[in-house]
Amino acid sequence: MLRFILTRVSLIIPTFLGITLLAFFLIRLVPGDPIETLAGERGIDPARHEQLLKEYGLDKPIFVQYGIYLSRVLQGDLGKSMITQEPVLNEFKALFPATVELALCAILFALMIGLPAGIIAALRRNSIFDHGVMGISLTGYSMPIFWWGLILILIFSVQFDLTPVSGRIDVLYYIEPTTGFLLIDTLLSEEEGAFWSAVEHLILPTIVLGTVPLAVIARMTRSAMLEVLGEDYIRTAKAKGLSRFRIVALHALRNALIPVITVIGLQIGVLFTGAILTETIFSWPGVGKWLIDAIFRRDYPVLQGGALLLGVVVMSVNLLVDLAYGLINPRIRHTR
Amino acid sequence: MTTETMEAPAAAAPTATPPHPLREFWGYFSANHGAVAGLVIIVAVVLVALLADVIAPHDPNVTNTALALKPPFWQEGGSIAYPLGTDPIGRDILSRMIHGARLSLLIGIAVVAISIALGTVLGLVAGFFRGITEIFIMRLMDIVLTLPSLLLAIVIVAVLGPGLMNAMLAVALVILPHYVRLARAAVITETSKDYVTAARVSGAGTVRLMFKEVLPNCTAPLIVQASLGISTAILDAAALGFLGLGAQPPSPEWGTMLADAREFVLRAWWVVTFPGLAILITVLAFNLLGDGLRDALDPKLKR
Repeated sequence: MLRFILTRVSLIIPTFLGITLLAFFLIRLVPGDPIETLAGERGIDPARHEQLLKEYGLDKPIFVQYGIYLSRVLQGDLGKSMITQEPVLNEFKALFPATVELALCAILFALMIGLPAGIIAALRRNSIFDHGVMGISLTGYSMPIFWWGLILILIFSVQFDLTPVSGRIDVLYYIEPTTGFLLIDTLLSEEEGAFWSAVEHLILPTIVLGTVPLAVIARMTRSAMLEVLGEDYIRTAKAKGLSRFRIVALHALRNALIPVITVIGLQIGVLFTGAILTETIFSWPGVGKWLIDAIFRRDYPVLQGGALLLGVVVMSVNLLVDLAYGLINPRIRHTR
Repeated sequence: MTTETMEAPAAAAPTATPPHPLREFWGYFSANHGAVAGLVIIVAVVLVALLADVIAPHDPNVTNTALALKPPFWQEGGSIAYPLGTDPIGRDILSRMIHGARLSLLIGIAVVAISIALGTVLGLVAGFFRGITEIFIMRLMDIVLTLPSLLLAIVIVAVLGPGLMNAMLAVALVILPHYVRLARAAVITETSKDYVTAARVSGAGTVRLMFKEVLPNCTAPLIVQASLGISTAILDAAALGFLGLGAQPPSPEWGTMLADAREFVLRAWWVVTFPGLAILITVLAFNLLGDGLRDALDPKLKR
């Protein structure tokens, strides 16, 4: 087991280096002089230019520059935002909980509907329900989620006035961030109605972000269940006279869940991507919207550092899923 | 695709001889109603795109503020001259969507063409030369795959500058690893087979082996992936357009149209509804087609 963990962990080192290389060269691909790019449109006088060139180590060979960058990154120094002058890492830390809260709600939503739908579709293969689930999930999989968000706003916010259009919580409330997760913070604050306001604001973004994972989970659960239901041990269980519920819940589902868990892990990367679009539509103050705003403000340190951090987060989640998978499924652990 | 489907019914009636491969393919493919529906939609979209200049009732870029935000014809205040209504500066939405079909198909096909061309070459090279070349190429592809695809595309476009060409390049790079992996995997299974050994023994060079012997035998998975890739490309390019990083206004790209109309969502439902619906239907059609092709071409799934 230790060997398995060590191999998996060591495999991410080249990936991490690759991501830092990408982030490093990113800023150099921007046309023009990097200092002028960093200084923005205000321009810069030659003396200061010279000084900054030294300060950033830009007068040294490119490999040395990369070395300097890498050692800074490893110490958690990702530069400062050109707009707010705040360290990029601090801004990321302040906004990240909002994205995580949204992503967790979305994956829970996707699981709560996707798993049962996939299981029932498999049990009633070729029924109307099965075709319905497959049709809907393929539609969900093809959904342009930025449009889906607008349509849900049209229906639920404009037509029926049920849900708010943007933000995380009503402006009436001021919640001191303790965990950064508003659902928890509002409960801690004991402010009347704040929790429900946070819930209301979460509903539409959760549905929008959860749609694609929901579709993928439903399809995957169905095909994994179908495969498992054809196995010999299910026939044995039936022959033993076990109840249908016992066969499905204990014998089939536990084996069918293994590939489903992998898919859920892979969906987490997709979730962070989707968060960029979802947060833009609902003005959700998370890291996705922060990145997009940085592009339009030409805030290159934020773009560089933010993309690097998101890449590292996705990489770490994938690693954790990989390790968890090895724990659940001994076959994986021993084959490599 | 279209040529195959048109030839298939014309093939000779089956006798004792095994059915023509195309006929067999059509047999499997047509059993999947979803795939046929997808194909029909795609043919329709292609026709619309080709005939855009003829069938679009108005010029997609002519503005007329007197006609701004007219609703679709079945609503009060709408007129049949502008069937799906007009946008905030009085352009006909239907005409813009028809011209947008051209752009979206072009994006999908061009992106996948770039990806396949580059991807198969890289995959063939990795599969044939193994060793350090393979490790380098495949590790690079793993890194690209690790990063969320849209994030990577956004970063690339942010650096290269917003615009349709850069968006297409970014999406092509992002979907590249799938083709590299497919081509490499196919090469590795194929090169151990007798026909490749036979060709090698009879003196065929590596390039000939790569392109004339091995490549034609791994086209099936590539075709399936291409169909699915077109849907990803259209979706991601539209997302970039929506974020203001893809095709720029006044280009009638569907995602860009949505971005233009976003602030009017509370007043005029039609300006956001129709372009998005067009994206959804087109992407869905390519996904249906891809699923159908996979079922029909994958020998493992054939009964």
